[in-house]
Amino acid sequence: MFEVPTDRKYQESHEYATTDGETATVGITDFAQDELGDVVFVELPAVGDEISQGEEFGVVESIKAVSDLYAPVSGTVTAVNEDLFDRPELVNEEPYGDGWMLEVEVGDDAEFDELLSADDYREQTE
Amino acid sequence: MMNHDQARYGDDDRYESLLSEKDTTTVEVDGKSPLPDDLTRDSLELPGLSEPELSRHYTRLSQMNWSVETGPYPLGSCTMKYNPSFTEDVAADPNGSVHPDRSEESVQGTLELLYGLQDYLARIGGMDAVTLQPPAGAAGEFTGIMIAKACHEARGDPRSEVIVPASAHGTNFASAAMAGYDVVELPSGEDGRVDLDALEAAVSEETAALMLTNPNTVGLFERDIAEIADIVHDAGGLLYYDGANLNALLGRARPGDMGFDVMHYNVHKTFATPHGGGGPGAGPVGVTEELAEFLPRPHVRERDGRYELYDPERSIGKVHGYQGNWLVLVKAYAYIARLGDSGLKDTSAKAVLNANYLAERIDYDIPYSPFHHEFAATAGERDAADVAKGMLDYGVHPPTTKWPEFVPEAMLTEPTEAESKASLDDLANAFDAAMADSEEELEAAPSKTTARRIDQADAARNPQLSWRALGEEE
Repeated sequence: MFEVPTDRKYQESHEYATTDGETATVGITDFAQDELGDVVFVELPAVGDEISQGEEFGVVESIKAVSDLYAPVSGTVTAVNEDLFDRPELVNEEPYGDGWMLEVEVGDDAEFDELLSADDYREQTE
Repeated sequence: MMNHDQARYGDDDRYESLLSEKDTTTVEVDGKSPLPDDLTRDSLELPGLSEPELSRHYTRLSQMNWSVETGPYPLGSCTMKYNPSFTEDVAADPNGSVHPDRSEESVQGTLELLYGLQDYLARIGGMDAVTLQPPAGAAGEFTGIMIAKACHEARGDPRSEVIVPASAHGTNFASAAMAGYDVVELPSGEDGRVDLDALEAAVSEETAALMLTNPNTVGLFERDIAEIADIVHDAGGLLYYDGANLNALLGRARPGDMGFDVMHYNVHKTFATPHGGGGPGAGPVGVTEELAEFLPRPHVRERDGRYELYDPERSIGKVHGYQGNWLVLVKAYAYIARLGDSGLKDTSAKAVLNANYLAERIDYDIPYSPFHHEFAATAGERDAADVAKGMLDYGVHPPTTKWPEFVPEAMLTEPTEAESKASLDDLANAFDAAMADSEEELEAAPSKTTARRIDQADAARNPQLSWRALGEEE
Protein backbone atom coordinates (compact mmCIF):
# COMPACT_ATOMS: atom_id res chain seq x y z
CA MET A 1 0.00 0.00 0.00
CA PHE A 2 1.46 3.35 -1.02
CA GLU A 3 1.21 6.55 0.94
CA VAL A 4 -1.23 9.09 -0.48
CA PRO A 5 -1.47 11.99 2.02
CA THR A 6 -4.80 13.82 2.02
CA ASP A 7 -3.24 17.27 2.48
CA ARG A 8 -2.42 17.64 -1.21
CA LYS A 9 -3.74 16.99 -4.71
CA TYR A 10 -2.53 14.75 -7.49
CA GLN A 11 -2.11 14.48 -11.21
CA GLU A 12 -2.64 11.31 -13.28
CA SER A 13 1.01 11.42 -14.31
CA HIS A 14 1.94 10.93 -10.63
CA GLU A 15 3.02 14.41 -9.53
CA TYR A 16 1.55 16.04 -6.44
CA ALA A 17 1.02 19.68 -5.40
CA THR A 18 0.28 20.99 -1.91
CA THR A 19 -2.60 23.39 -1.82
CA ASP A 20 -1.81 25.69 1.10
CA GLY A 21 -1.73 29.41 0.35
CA GLU A 22 0.03 31.10 -2.54
CA THR A 23 2.88 28.66 -2.80
CA ALA A 24 2.57 25.06 -3.97
CA THR A 25 5.16 22.39 -3.29
CA VAL A 26 5.58 19.96 -6.18
CA GLY A 27 7.04 16.46 -6.25
CA ILE A 28 6.30 12.90 -7.34
CA THR A 29 4.22 10.37 -5.44
CA ASP A 30 5.24 7.37 -3.37
CA PHE A 31 3.70 5.15 -6.06
CA ALA A 32 5.78 6.87 -8.74
CA GLN A 33 9.07 6.54 -6.89
CA ASP A 34 8.38 2.85 -6.29
CA GLU A 35 7.57 2.24 -9.95
CA LEU A 36 10.72 4.06 -11.05
CA GLY A 37 13.04 2.24 -8.67
CA ASP A 38 16.29 3.80 -7.49
CA VAL A 39 16.35 7.39 -8.69
CA VAL A 40 19.83 8.40 -9.86
CA PHE A 41 19.34 11.83 -11.42
CA VAL A 42 16.82 14.67 -11.32
CA GLU A 43 16.75 17.62 -13.75
CA LEU A 44 14.73 20.63 -12.59
CA PRO A 45 14.04 24.16 -13.88
CA ALA A 46 15.74 27.22 -12.38
CA VAL A 47 14.26 29.65 -9.87
CA GLY A 48 12.31 32.28 -11.80
CA ASP A 49 11.25 29.91 -14.62
CA GLU A 50 7.60 29.67 -15.51
CA ILE A 51 5.92 26.27 -15.57
CA SER A 52 2.44 25.47 -16.89
CA GLN A 53 -0.01 22.83 -15.86
CA GLY A 54 0.35 19.65 -17.92
CA GLU A 55 3.62 20.75 -19.52
CA GLU A 56 7.03 19.14 -18.94
CA PHE A 57 9.10 20.82 -16.27
CA GLY A 58 11.92 18.36 -15.71
CA VAL A 59 13.24 14.83 -15.94
CA VAL A 60 13.70 12.05 -13.41
CA GLU A 61 16.06 9.20 -14.19
CA SER A 62 16.18 5.87 -12.36
CA ILE A 63 18.18 2.73 -13.04
CA LYS A 64 15.10 1.46 -14.91
CA ALA A 65 13.80 4.44 -16.85
CA VAL A 66 14.01 8.09 -17.80
CA SER A 67 10.69 9.91 -17.31
CA ASP A 68 9.48 13.43 -17.99
CA LEU A 69 7.93 15.36 -15.13
CA TYR A 70 4.66 17.23 -15.79
CA ALA A 71 3.68 20.33 -13.88
CA PRO A 72 0.51 19.82 -11.78
CA VAL A 73 0.05 23.61 -11.51
CA SER A 74 1.13 26.74 -13.38
CA GLY A 75 3.27 29.48 -11.88
CA THR A 76 6.71 30.89 -11.20
CA VAL A 77 9.35 28.65 -9.64
CA THR A 78 10.41 30.24 -6.34
CA ALA A 79 12.60 27.42 -4.99
CA VAL A 80 14.26 24.28 -6.31
CA ASN A 81 15.33 21.39 -4.08
CA GLU A 82 19.05 21.46 -4.81
CA ASP A 83 19.69 18.62 -2.35
CA LEU A 84 18.33 16.27 -5.03
CA PHE A 85 21.32 16.99 -7.28
CA ASP A 86 23.66 15.36 -4.77
CA ARG A 87 21.18 13.01 -3.15
CA PRO A 88 18.58 11.92 -5.71
CA GLU A 89 17.75 9.01 -3.39
CA LEU A 90 15.71 11.47 -1.30
CA VAL A 91 12.98 11.10 -3.95
CA ASN A 92 12.79 7.40 -3.02
CA GLU A 93 13.17 7.88 0.71
CA GLU A 94 10.80 10.78 1.35
CA PRO A 95 8.82 11.68 -1.76
CA TYR A 96 6.43 13.89 0.23
CA GLY A 97 9.12 15.32 2.52
CA ASP A 98 12.78 16.00 1.78
CA GLY A 99 12.32 14.57 -1.70
CA TRP A 100 10.19 17.56 -2.84
CA MET A 101 11.20 19.12 -6.14
CA LEU A 102 9.86 22.67 -6.61
CA GLU A 103 8.08 25.49 -4.84
CA VAL A 104 5.85 27.40 -7.21
CA GLU A 105 4.07 30.71 -6.75
CA VAL A 106 0.66 29.86 -8.12
CA GLY A 107 -1.65 32.24 -9.91
CA ASP A 108 -4.76 30.29 -10.68
CA ASP A 109 -6.62 28.54 -7.85
CA ALA A 110 -8.99 26.96 -10.35
CA GLU A 111 -6.18 24.70 -11.52
CA PHE A 112 -6.26 22.85 -8.23
CA ASP A 113 -9.85 21.84 -8.91
CA GLU A 114 -8.71 19.95 -11.97
CA LEU A 115 -6.31 17.80 -9.92
CA LEU A 116 -7.27 14.49 -8.32
CA SER A 117 -8.11 14.12 -4.65
CA ALA A 118 -6.09 11.64 -2.58
CA ASP A 119 -8.94 9.11 -2.82
CA ASP A 120 -9.27 9.46 -6.59
CA TYR A 121 -5.52 9.17 -7.08
CA ARG A 122 -5.33 6.10 -4.87
CA GLU A 123 -8.07 4.52 -6.94
CA GLN A 124 -6.05 5.18 -10.09
CA THR A 125 -3.01 3.38 -8.70
CA GLU A 126 -4.92 0.32 -7.56
CA MET B 1 26.09 -27.58 -18.23
CA MET B 2 29.19 -25.55 -17.67
CA ASN B 3 29.94 -25.04 -14.04
CA HIS B 4 32.52 -22.47 -13.29
CA ASP B 5 33.96 -20.42 -10.50
CA GLN B 6 35.78 -17.38 -11.68
CA ALA B 7 39.14 -16.59 -10.11
CA ARG B 8 39.40 -14.27 -7.08
CA TYR B 9 42.72 -13.21 -5.61
CA GLY B 10 41.70 -10.77 -2.90
CA ASP B 11 39.03 -9.75 -0.43
CA ASP B 12 35.39 -9.26 -1.27
CA ASP B 13 35.72 -5.84 -2.78
CA ARG B 14 39.26 -6.04 -4.13
CA TYR B 15 40.11 -8.75 -6.58
CA GLU B 16 43.81 -8.24 -7.26
CA SER B 17 45.93 -5.51 -5.80
CA LEU B 18 47.00 -2.63 -7.96
CA LEU B 19 50.56 -2.50 -9.25
CA SER B 20 51.09 0.62 -7.14
CA GLU B 21 50.18 -1.34 -4.00
CA LYS B 22 52.75 -4.03 -4.65
CA ASP B 23 56.44 -3.73 -3.76
CA THR B 24 57.87 -0.54 -5.15
CA THR B 25 61.39 0.54 -5.91
CA THR B 26 62.65 4.10 -5.85
CA VAL B 27 64.45 4.88 -9.06
CA GLU B 28 66.90 7.79 -8.85
CA VAL B 29 67.37 9.86 -11.94
CA ASP B 30 70.74 11.42 -12.55
CA GLY B 31 71.73 13.85 -15.22
CA LYS B 32 70.27 17.18 -16.14
CA SER B 33 66.98 17.46 -17.97
CA PRO B 34 66.47 20.30 -20.43
CA LEU B 35 62.94 20.75 -19.01
CA PRO B 36 62.17 23.40 -16.35
CA ASP B 37 62.74 22.24 -12.74
CA ASP B 38 59.06 22.38 -11.80
CA LEU B 39 58.28 19.82 -14.49
CA THR B 40 60.95 17.30 -13.51
CA ARG B 41 61.57 14.86 -10.64
CA ASP B 42 64.78 13.38 -9.29
CA SER B 43 63.28 10.09 -8.20
CA LEU B 44 60.27 7.99 -9.05
CA GLU B 45 58.42 5.21 -7.21
CA LEU B 46 57.95 2.33 -9.61
CA PRO B 47 56.56 -1.16 -9.02
CA GLY B 48 59.56 -3.32 -8.15
CA LEU B 49 58.32 -6.58 -9.53
CA SER B 50 60.10 -9.51 -11.09
CA GLU B 51 58.95 -10.73 -14.48
CA PRO B 52 56.99 -13.70 -13.06
CA GLU B 53 55.25 -11.40 -10.60
CA LEU B 54 54.29 -9.05 -13.39
CA SER B 55 53.21 -11.93 -15.61
CA ARG B 56 51.01 -13.30 -12.79
CA HIS B 57 49.44 -9.90 -12.24
CA TYR B 58 48.25 -9.61 -15.82
CA THR B 59 47.29 -13.27 -16.10
CA ARG B 60 45.14 -12.88 -12.99
CA LEU B 61 43.47 -9.81 -14.42
CA SER B 62 42.69 -11.74 -17.59
CA GLN B 63 41.21 -14.62 -15.55
CA MET B 64 38.87 -12.22 -13.78
CA ASN B 65 37.64 -10.88 -17.08
CA TRP B 66 34.95 -12.41 -19.27
CA SER B 67 35.55 -12.51 -22.98
CA VAL B 68 34.50 -14.40 -26.06
CA GLU B 69 37.67 -16.43 -25.53
CA THR B 70 36.20 -17.64 -22.21
CA GLY B 71 32.77 -18.67 -23.45
CA PRO B 72 29.70 -17.66 -25.45
CA TYR B 73 28.97 -13.93 -25.42
CA PRO B 74 25.52 -13.48 -26.99
CA LEU B 75 25.03 -9.74 -26.45
CA GLY B 76 22.27 -8.86 -28.89
CA SER B 77 22.99 -6.09 -31.38
CA CYS B 78 26.70 -6.18 -30.46
CA THR B 79 27.82 -9.12 -32.66
CA MET B 80 30.49 -10.34 -30.25
CA LYS B 81 31.99 -12.73 -32.76
CA TYR B 82 35.34 -14.37 -32.18
CA ASN B 83 38.25 -12.36 -33.62
CA PRO B 84 40.50 -14.87 -35.40
CA SER B 85 44.08 -14.50 -34.19
CA PHE B 86 45.63 -14.60 -37.67
CA THR B 87 44.35 -11.06 -38.17
CA GLU B 88 46.49 -9.98 -35.21
CA ASP B 89 49.52 -11.63 -36.84
CA VAL B 90 48.85 -9.76 -40.05
CA ALA B 91 48.48 -6.46 -38.21
CA ALA B 92 51.72 -7.12 -36.31
CA ASP B 93 53.74 -7.53 -39.50
CA PRO B 94 56.50 -4.90 -39.38
CA ASN B 95 55.89 -4.12 -43.05
CA GLY B 96 52.63 -2.52 -41.98
CA SER B 97 54.35 -0.07 -39.65
CA VAL B 98 54.82 2.82 -41.99
CA HIS B 99 54.46 6.47 -41.14
CA PRO B 100 51.41 8.02 -42.81
CA ASP B 101 53.46 11.06 -43.84
CA ARG B 102 55.69 9.02 -46.12
CA SER B 103 55.56 9.74 -49.82
CA GLU B 104 52.82 8.01 -51.80
CA GLU B 105 55.45 6.34 -53.97
CA SER B 106 56.99 4.59 -50.96
CA VAL B 107 53.70 3.30 -49.47
CA GLN B 108 51.99 1.85 -52.53
CA GLY B 109 51.29 -1.39 -50.64
CA THR B 110 49.55 0.45 -47.82
CA LEU B 111 47.44 2.46 -50.25
CA GLU B 112 46.63 -0.66 -52.25
CA LEU B 113 45.29 -2.34 -49.13
CA LEU B 114 43.18 0.69 -48.22
CA TYR B 115 41.87 0.88 -51.78
CA GLY B 116 41.15 -2.85 -51.69
CA LEU B 117 39.18 -2.51 -48.45
CA GLN B 118 37.21 0.45 -49.86
CA ASP B 119 36.36 -1.79 -52.80
CA TYR B 120 35.46 -4.85 -50.66
CA LEU B 121 33.15 -2.81 -48.45
CA ALA B 122 31.56 -1.03 -51.41
CA ARG B 123 30.77 -4.38 -53.01
CA ILE B 124 29.46 -5.89 -49.76
CA GLY B 125 27.19 -2.90 -49.10
CA GLY B 126 26.18 -2.18 -52.69
CA MET B 127 27.67 1.31 -52.37
CA ASP B 128 29.67 3.28 -54.93
CA ALA B 129 32.35 4.77 -52.69
CA VAL B 130 33.62 4.13 -49.16
CA THR B 131 35.69 6.19 -46.73
CA LEU B 132 37.71 4.31 -44.13
CA GLN B 133 38.49 7.36 -42.00
CA PRO B 134 35.82 7.41 -39.23
CA PRO B 135 37.33 5.89 -36.07
CA ALA B 136 34.21 4.10 -34.71
CA GLY B 137 30.67 3.09 -35.62
CA ALA B 138 29.15 6.16 -33.99
CA ALA B 139 31.74 8.37 -35.70
CA GLY B 140 30.67 6.69 -38.94
CA GLU B 141 27.04 7.61 -38.24
CA PHE B 142 28.02 11.21 -37.59
CA THR B 143 30.12 11.28 -40.77
CA GLY B 144 27.28 9.77 -42.80
CA ILE B 145 24.73 12.27 -41.52
CA MET B 146 27.16 15.16 -42.13
CA ILE B 147 27.54 13.93 -45.72
CA ALA B 148 23.74 13.89 -46.07
CA LYS B 149 23.62 17.41 -44.65
CA ALA B 150 26.31 18.63 -47.05
CA CYS B 151 24.35 17.12 -49.93
CA HIS B 152 21.10 18.88 -48.96
CA GLU B 153 22.93 22.17 -48.50
CA ALA B 154 24.65 21.82 -51.87
CA ARG B 155 21.23 21.30 -53.46
CA GLY B 156 20.13 24.58 -51.88
CA ASP B 157 17.59 22.64 -49.85
CA PRO B 158 18.81 22.57 -46.24
CA ARG B 159 16.54 20.50 -44.00
CA SER B 160 15.99 20.31 -40.26
CA GLU B 161 14.82 16.82 -39.29
CA VAL B 162 16.12 13.27 -39.12
CA ILE B 163 13.63 10.45 -38.55
CA VAL B 164 14.72 7.60 -36.26
CA PRO B 165 12.59 4.57 -35.32
CA ALA B 166 11.89 4.24 -31.60
CA SER B 167 13.66 0.86 -31.64
CA ALA B 168 16.89 2.29 -33.11
CA HIS B 169 20.26 2.27 -31.41
CA GLY B 170 20.75 5.24 -29.10
CA THR B 171 23.66 6.41 -31.21
CA ASN B 172 21.28 7.21 -34.11
CA PHE B 173 19.47 9.82 -32.05
CA ALA B 174 22.77 11.20 -30.80
CA SER B 175 24.42 11.36 -34.25
CA ALA B 176 21.47 13.21 -35.76
CA ALA B 177 21.40 15.66 -32.86
CA MET B 178 25.19 16.19 -33.01
CA ALA B 179 24.83 17.03 -36.71
CA GLY B 180 22.37 19.77 -35.73
CA TYR B 181 19.11 18.05 -36.67
CA ASP B 182 15.86 17.77 -34.75
CA VAL B 183 15.12 14.10 -34.15
CA VAL B 184 11.66 12.80 -35.05
CA GLU B 185 10.95 9.49 -33.34
CA LEU B 186 8.99 6.94 -35.35
CA PRO B 187 6.90 4.51 -33.24
CA SER B 188 7.28 0.80 -34.04
CA GLY B 189 4.40 -0.89 -35.83
CA GLU B 190 2.54 -3.73 -34.12
CA ASP B 191 4.55 -6.32 -35.99
CA GLY B 192 7.80 -4.75 -34.71
CA ARG B 193 8.62 -3.21 -38.09
CA VAL B 194 8.34 0.29 -39.55
CA ASP B 195 4.68 1.33 -39.84
CA LEU B 196 4.31 2.77 -43.35
CA ASP B 197 1.38 5.03 -42.35
CA ALA B 198 3.39 6.44 -39.45
CA LEU B 199 6.31 7.01 -41.80
CA GLU B 200 4.08 8.78 -44.34
CA ALA B 201 2.89 11.03 -41.54
CA ALA B 202 6.42 11.74 -40.31
CA VAL B 203 8.12 12.69 -43.59
CA SER B 204 7.98 16.24 -44.89
CA GLU B 205 10.07 18.71 -46.82
CA GLU B 206 12.11 19.08 -43.61
CA THR B 207 13.15 15.40 -43.67
CA ALA B 208 16.89 15.18 -44.24
CA ALA B 209 17.11 11.42 -43.68
CA LEU B 210 15.58 8.31 -42.19
CA MET B 211 18.06 6.21 -40.22
CA LEU B 212 17.27 2.52 -40.29
CA THR B 213 18.92 -0.79 -39.55
CA ASN B 214 17.85 -3.90 -41.43
CA PRO B 215 17.26 -6.50 -40.08
CA ASN B 216 16.01 -4.28 -37.27
CA THR B 217 16.85 -4.44 -33.58
CA VAL B 218 14.68 -7.52 -32.93
CA GLY B 219 16.15 -9.30 -35.95
CA LEU B 220 13.15 -8.72 -38.26
CA PHE B 221 13.76 -7.95 -41.91
CA GLU B 222 12.02 -4.72 -42.97
CA ARG B 223 10.23 -6.35 -45.88
CA ASP B 224 8.63 -3.05 -46.92
CA ILE B 225 12.06 -1.57 -47.48
CA ALA B 226 11.35 -0.70 -51.14
CA GLU B 227 8.22 1.27 -50.12
CA ILE B 228 10.10 2.85 -47.22
CA ALA B 229 12.82 4.01 -49.64
CA ASP B 230 10.21 5.44 -52.00
CA ILE B 231 8.44 7.36 -49.23
CA VAL B 232 11.70 8.91 -48.01
CA HIS B 233 13.05 9.65 -51.49
CA ASP B 234 9.74 11.12 -52.71
CA ALA B 235 9.93 13.58 -49.81
CA GLY B 236 13.45 14.53 -50.92
CA GLY B 237 15.14 12.79 -47.98
CA LEU B 238 18.01 10.32 -47.93
CA LEU B 239 17.96 6.80 -46.54
CA TYR B 240 20.68 5.98 -44.01
CA TYR B 241 21.66 2.39 -43.20
CA ASP B 242 23.00 1.60 -39.74
CA GLY B 243 25.36 -1.31 -40.38
CA ALA B 244 24.95 -2.77 -36.89
CA ASN B 245 23.10 -5.81 -38.21
CA LEU B 246 24.95 -6.31 -41.48
CA ASN B 247 26.17 -9.70 -40.21
CA ALA B 248 22.73 -11.11 -41.07
CA LEU B 249 22.97 -10.08 -44.72
CA LEU B 250 26.61 -10.70 -45.69
CA GLY B 251 26.86 -11.97 -49.23
CA ARG B 252 23.06 -12.25 -49.57
CA ALA B 253 21.51 -8.80 -49.66
CA ARG B 254 22.96 -5.31 -49.98
CA PRO B 255 21.73 -2.05 -48.47
CA GLY B 256 22.54 -0.25 -51.73
CA ASP B 257 20.14 -2.53 -53.61
CA MET B 258 17.41 -1.76 -51.07
CA GLY B 259 17.61 1.95 -51.81
CA PHE B 260 19.92 3.13 -49.05
CA ASP B 261 22.05 6.17 -49.96
CA VAL B 262 24.51 6.23 -47.04
CA MET B 263 25.64 3.54 -44.62
CA HIS B 264 28.25 2.83 -42.02
CA TYR B 265 29.98 -0.48 -41.38
CA ASN B 266 30.82 -1.65 -37.87
CA VAL B 267 34.03 -3.49 -38.61
CA HIS B 268 34.22 -4.61 -34.95
CA LYS B 269 30.89 -6.38 -35.39
CA THR B 270 30.73 -7.65 -38.94
CA PHE B 271 34.41 -7.99 -39.76
CA ALA B 272 35.85 -9.32 -36.49
CA THR B 273 38.11 -6.49 -35.40
CA PRO B 274 38.36 -6.03 -31.61
CA HIS B 275 35.43 -4.43 -29.79
CA GLY B 276 35.79 -1.19 -27.92
CA GLY B 277 37.97 -0.76 -24.94
CA GLY B 278 38.03 2.87 -25.97
CA GLY B 279 39.48 2.16 -29.35
CA PRO B 280 41.12 2.35 -31.73
CA GLY B 281 38.23 1.32 -33.93
CA ALA B 282 36.89 1.97 -37.38
CA GLY B 283 33.47 2.81 -38.78
CA PRO B 284 33.81 3.14 -42.56
CA VAL B 285 31.02 4.93 -44.44
CA GLY B 286 29.69 3.98 -47.86
CA VAL B 287 27.73 6.28 -50.15
CA THR B 288 26.10 6.33 -53.58
CA GLU B 289 27.87 7.97 -56.48
CA GLU B 290 25.83 11.13 -56.00
CA LEU B 291 27.27 11.62 -52.49
CA ALA B 292 30.87 10.60 -53.21
CA GLU B 293 32.09 14.17 -53.71
CA PHE B 294 31.30 14.92 -50.05
CA LEU B 295 33.41 12.12 -48.52
CA PRO B 296 36.06 13.02 -45.91
CA ARG B 297 39.51 13.85 -47.23
CA PRO B 298 41.85 12.35 -48.19
CA HIS B 299 40.42 9.41 -50.11
CA VAL B 300 42.37 6.71 -51.94
CA ARG B 301 42.02 6.14 -55.69
CA GLU B 302 43.81 4.17 -58.36
CA ARG B 303 45.17 5.69 -61.56
CA ASP B 304 47.06 3.69 -64.18
CA GLY B 305 48.04 1.05 -61.66
CA ARG B 306 49.29 3.56 -59.05
CA TYR B 307 47.46 4.40 -55.84
CA GLU B 308 47.12 8.01 -54.70
CA LEU B 309 45.42 10.19 -52.13
CA TYR B 310 43.13 12.99 -53.26
CA ASP B 311 40.59 15.36 -51.73
CA PRO B 312 36.99 14.79 -52.89
CA GLU B 313 35.67 17.96 -54.51
CA ARG B 314 33.18 19.08 -51.86
CA SER B 315 34.59 17.09 -48.96
CA ILE B 316 33.05 17.61 -45.51
CA GLY B 317 36.67 17.72 -44.28
CA LYS B 318 38.53 15.38 -41.97
CA VAL B 319 36.93 13.23 -39.31
CA HIS B 320 40.17 11.63 -38.07
CA GLY B 321 43.90 11.91 -38.53
CA TYR B 322 45.35 10.63 -41.79
CA GLN B 323 43.46 7.66 -43.27
CA GLY B 324 41.83 6.43 -40.06
CA ASN B 325 42.93 3.65 -37.74
CA TRP B 326 45.13 1.78 -40.19
CA LEU B 327 45.86 -1.42 -38.25
CA VAL B 328 42.18 -1.98 -37.46
CA LEU B 329 41.50 -1.66 -41.17
CA VAL B 330 44.26 -4.19 -41.89
CA LYS B 331 42.48 -6.71 -39.64
CA ALA B 332 39.13 -6.13 -41.37
CA TYR B 333 40.82 -6.52 -44.76
CA ALA B 334 42.51 -9.75 -43.69
CA TYR B 335 39.23 -11.17 -42.37
CA ILE B 336 37.31 -10.39 -45.57
CA ALA B 337 40.13 -11.64 -47.80
CA ARG B 338 40.42 -14.92 -45.88
CA LEU B 339 36.68 -15.59 -46.01
CA GLY B 340 36.11 -14.60 -49.63
CA ASP B 341 32.69 -14.52 -51.27
CA SER B 342 31.68 -18.00 -50.16
CA GLY B 343 32.96 -17.48 -46.61
CA LEU B 344 31.01 -14.26 -46.18
CA LYS B 345 27.87 -15.97 -47.41
CA ASP B 346 28.50 -18.84 -45.02
CA THR B 347 28.94 -16.35 -42.15
CA SER B 348 25.46 -14.87 -42.53
CA ALA B 349 23.93 -18.32 -43.01
CA LYS B 350 25.45 -19.62 -39.77
CA ALA B 351 24.69 -16.43 -37.86
CA VAL B 352 21.00 -16.79 -38.74
CA LEU B 353 20.96 -20.56 -38.23
CA ASN B 354 22.61 -20.28 -34.81
CA ALA B 355 20.13 -17.67 -33.60
CA ASN B 356 17.20 -19.77 -34.79
CA TYR B 357 18.59 -23.00 -33.32
CA LEU B 358 19.16 -21.36 -29.95
CA ALA B 359 15.69 -19.81 -29.98
CA GLU B 360 14.18 -23.26 -30.59
CA ARG B 361 16.20 -24.79 -27.76
CA ILE B 362 15.22 -22.32 -25.03
CA ASP B 363 11.97 -22.24 -23.12
CA TYR B 364 11.19 -18.54 -23.56
CA ASP B 365 8.56 -16.56 -25.40
CA ILE B 366 9.89 -14.67 -28.41
CA PRO B 367 7.22 -12.14 -29.38
CA TYR B 368 8.60 -11.08 -32.78
CA SER B 369 9.51 -13.43 -35.65
CA PRO B 370 10.70 -14.55 -38.15
CA PHE B 371 13.99 -13.19 -36.95
CA HIS B 372 17.40 -13.47 -38.51
CA HIS B 373 20.75 -13.20 -36.69
CA GLU B 374 19.27 -12.17 -33.31
CA PHE B 375 16.03 -12.47 -31.38
CA ALA B 376 14.36 -10.70 -28.47
CA ALA B 377 13.19 -13.29 -25.94
CA THR B 378 11.16 -12.04 -23.00
CA ALA B 379 11.74 -12.95 -19.36
CA GLY B 380 7.98 -12.53 -18.88
CA GLU B 381 7.14 -12.05 -15.22
CA ARG B 382 10.80 -12.24 -14.21
CA ASP B 383 13.22 -9.34 -14.14
CA ALA B 384 15.43 -9.74 -17.22
CA ALA B 385 18.42 -8.27 -15.40
CA ASP B 386 18.09 -10.82 -12.57
CA VAL B 387 17.84 -13.71 -15.04
CA ALA B 388 20.96 -12.34 -16.76
CA LYS B 389 22.85 -12.27 -13.44
CA GLY B 390 21.77 -15.87 -12.87
CA MET B 391 23.15 -16.91 -16.27
CA LEU B 392 26.59 -15.69 -15.23
CA ASP B 393 26.70 -18.47 -12.63
CA TYR B 394 26.12 -21.06 -15.35
CA GLY B 395 29.29 -20.06 -17.14
CA VAL B 396 28.00 -17.93 -20.01
CA HIS B 397 27.73 -14.24 -20.66
CA PRO B 398 24.08 -13.15 -20.68
CA PRO B 399 22.36 -11.43 -23.59
CA THR B 400 21.55 -7.71 -23.79
CA THR B 401 18.74 -7.04 -21.32
CA LYS B 402 15.75 -4.68 -21.23
CA TRP B 403 16.34 -3.43 -24.75
CA PRO B 404 14.68 -2.74 -27.09
CA GLU B 405 12.13 -1.28 -24.74
CA PHE B 406 9.03 -2.28 -26.71
CA VAL B 407 9.72 -5.91 -25.78
CA PRO B 408 8.86 -6.38 -22.09
CA GLU B 409 11.83 -7.64 -20.03
CA ALA B 410 13.74 -8.16 -23.25
CA MET B 411 16.70 -10.51 -23.56
CA LEU B 412 18.16 -9.59 -26.93
CA THR B 413 20.26 -12.54 -28.00
CA GLU B 414 22.80 -12.83 -30.81
CA PRO B 415 24.98 -15.94 -30.60
CA THR B 416 26.92 -15.14 -33.84
CA GLU B 417 28.17 -17.65 -36.38
CA ALA B 418 31.20 -18.51 -34.25
CA GLU B 419 29.44 -20.85 -31.77
CA SER B 420 29.30 -24.60 -32.32
CA LYS B 421 26.21 -26.72 -31.62
CA ALA B 422 27.75 -27.88 -28.33
CA SER B 423 28.35 -24.33 -27.22
CA LEU B 424 24.83 -23.26 -28.26
CA ASP B 425 23.49 -26.17 -26.19
CA ASP B 426 25.48 -24.93 -23.17
CA LEU B 427 24.05 -21.49 -23.73
CA ALA B 428 20.49 -22.82 -24.02
CA ASN B 429 20.90 -24.80 -20.80
CA ALA B 430 22.12 -21.68 -19.01
CA PHE B 431 19.07 -19.73 -20.26
CA ASP B 432 16.67 -22.37 -18.94
CA ALA B 433 18.55 -23.07 -15.70
CA ALA B 434 18.57 -19.39 -14.76
CA MET B 435 14.85 -19.11 -15.52
CA ALA B 436 14.20 -22.13 -13.27
CA ASP B 437 16.02 -20.56 -10.32
CA SER B 438 13.93 -19.00 -7.56
CA GLU B 439 13.55 -15.25 -7.35
CA GLU B 440 15.71 -15.21 -4.19
CA GLU B 441 18.48 -17.13 -5.94
CA LEU B 442 18.41 -14.77 -8.89
CA GLU B 443 18.47 -11.68 -6.69
CA ALA B 444 21.57 -13.04 -4.94
CA ALA B 445 23.30 -13.94 -8.23
CA PRO B 446 25.97 -13.94 -9.43
CA SER B 447 27.77 -15.92 -6.74
CA LYS B 448 30.55 -17.51 -8.78
CA THR B 449 32.00 -14.56 -10.62
CA THR B 450 34.93 -12.43 -9.53
CA ALA B 451 32.75 -9.34 -9.23
CA ARG B 452 29.41 -10.08 -7.56
CA ARG B 453 26.22 -8.02 -7.79
CA ILE B 454 27.09 -4.46 -8.71
CA ASP B 455 25.23 -1.62 -6.97
CA GLN B 456 23.87 0.03 -10.13
CA ALA B 457 22.12 2.85 -8.28
CA ASP B 458 25.28 3.82 -6.40
CA ALA B 459 27.33 3.56 -9.60
CA ALA B 460 24.95 5.97 -11.33
CA ARG B 461 24.63 8.33 -8.37
CA ASN B 462 28.33 8.47 -7.53
CA PRO B 463 30.22 7.72 -10.69
CA GLN B 464 33.97 7.37 -10.28
CA LEU B 465 35.21 8.29 -13.70
CA SER B 466 38.97 8.22 -13.33
CA TRP B 467 41.73 6.44 -11.43
CA ARG B 468 41.93 9.51 -9.18
CA ALA B 469 38.68 8.39 -7.56
CA LEU B 470 40.60 5.48 -6.01
CA GLY B 471 42.63 8.01 -4.03
CA GLU B 472 39.57 9.95 -2.92
CA GLU B 473 38.04 6.80 -1.56
CA GLU B 474 40.71 6.34 1.10
